[in-house]
Amino acid sequence: MSQTNGDWDLYEVFIRSKNGMSHKHVGSVHAADDAMALQNARDLYTRRSEGVSIWVVASKNILASDPGDAAALFEPAADKVYRHPTFYTIPDGVENL
Amino acid sequence: MTQNKFAPISEYGPSDNAHFEYVLGLGDTALVLGQRMAEWLGKAPSMELDIAASNFSLDLFGQAEQFLNYAGELESEGRTGDDLAFLRDGMFFRNHLIVEQPNRDWGVTMVRHFMVSSFLVLQYEALSASNDEQIAGIAAKALKEMQYHERFSRDWVIRLAGGTEESMQRITRGFDTLWRFTGELFQKVDYEDGLIERGTAIDVSTLEAKWSEGVDALLEACGIEKPKALQMISGRTLGHHTEHLGHMLCDMQYLQRAYPGASW
Repeated sequence: MSQTNGDWDLYEVFIRSKNGMSHKHVGSVHAADDAMALQNARDLYTRRSEGVSIWVVASKNILASDPGDAAALFEPAADKVYRHPTFYTIPDGVENL
Repeated sequence: MTQNKFAPISEYGPSDNAHFEYVLGLGDTALVLGQRMAEWLGKAPSMELDIAASNFSLDLFGQAEQFLNYAGELESEGRTGDDLAFLRDGMFFRNHLIVEQPNRDWGVTMVRHFMVSSFLVLQYEALSASNDEQIAGIAAKALKEMQYHERFSRDWVIRLAGGTEESMQRITRGFDTLWRFTGELFQKVDYEDGLIERGTAIDVSTLEAKWSEGVDALLEACGIEKPKALQMISGRTLGHHTEHLGHMLCDMQYLQRAYPGASW
């Protein structure tokens, strides 16, 4: 494999597996521009009928939380069990909830 | 037409089973182009294109397998699709000469792929109305695959033509070196007449105008002048191939020739 694509940008790929579901992150691709990113995502991530819709977004446009802030951001939620809607009963026949 | 004393004569010409010859031709073009795309495995310009090329290869092998298995049935000599693919000599291959031309570089490969896939889209579209249900079924499924191949290769040709001076040169070279093989795509063969009348086969010469429109549009988008060939080259139905097919088959058929019946 040659290194000619060293200057290609990284894109994150999101696939919706079927209508009604949300897009899920599945991985990333390299591409020279947005259109190529979509094409590459199709060729890499939908070979086995994984999806009906693709989103790609340049990785540089994603702002991520700092792992060092994890304690302050996420731990306060750990002991607040009452925030979970676990006191409802789910009607029969409701899937994907 | 005046008699051409240099008219090709071949002992490897078509058998008298026109239906078999026709389906064999459909299968061989898919098989040989599939093998060429498979040659990019591990060598494509990027990992993403490596997988794209092998996807294309697998699409084409799928088409080839179905056409060649059916050809084997039509022949009724007990040969399977695998036998036809791996145990047949080059002069009995009926693929279009353009698909056996070497890959050279990604630009030339994409030009070849555009020319052939845009032809196959038109051919499969027409064949999906064939009165032969097998042919119609395979063509209808293959049509969707080839529409993607056409779109993908068109994008790459435009991209490279608009890239650097060198990438433009490579695209231009692709058109110039391959143009002489495009005439054969639209050459109706005599033995097809009966099949065309019955609605089994299509008259490929009727596809040329529409194909040219697509190619002209692409050339214009690229800013490349339409290539001219001094002479169109053909010979597939007579077993007259370019020197490249034999080398390709050495690779492709080696395993079955060296270890007959090997499977895994």
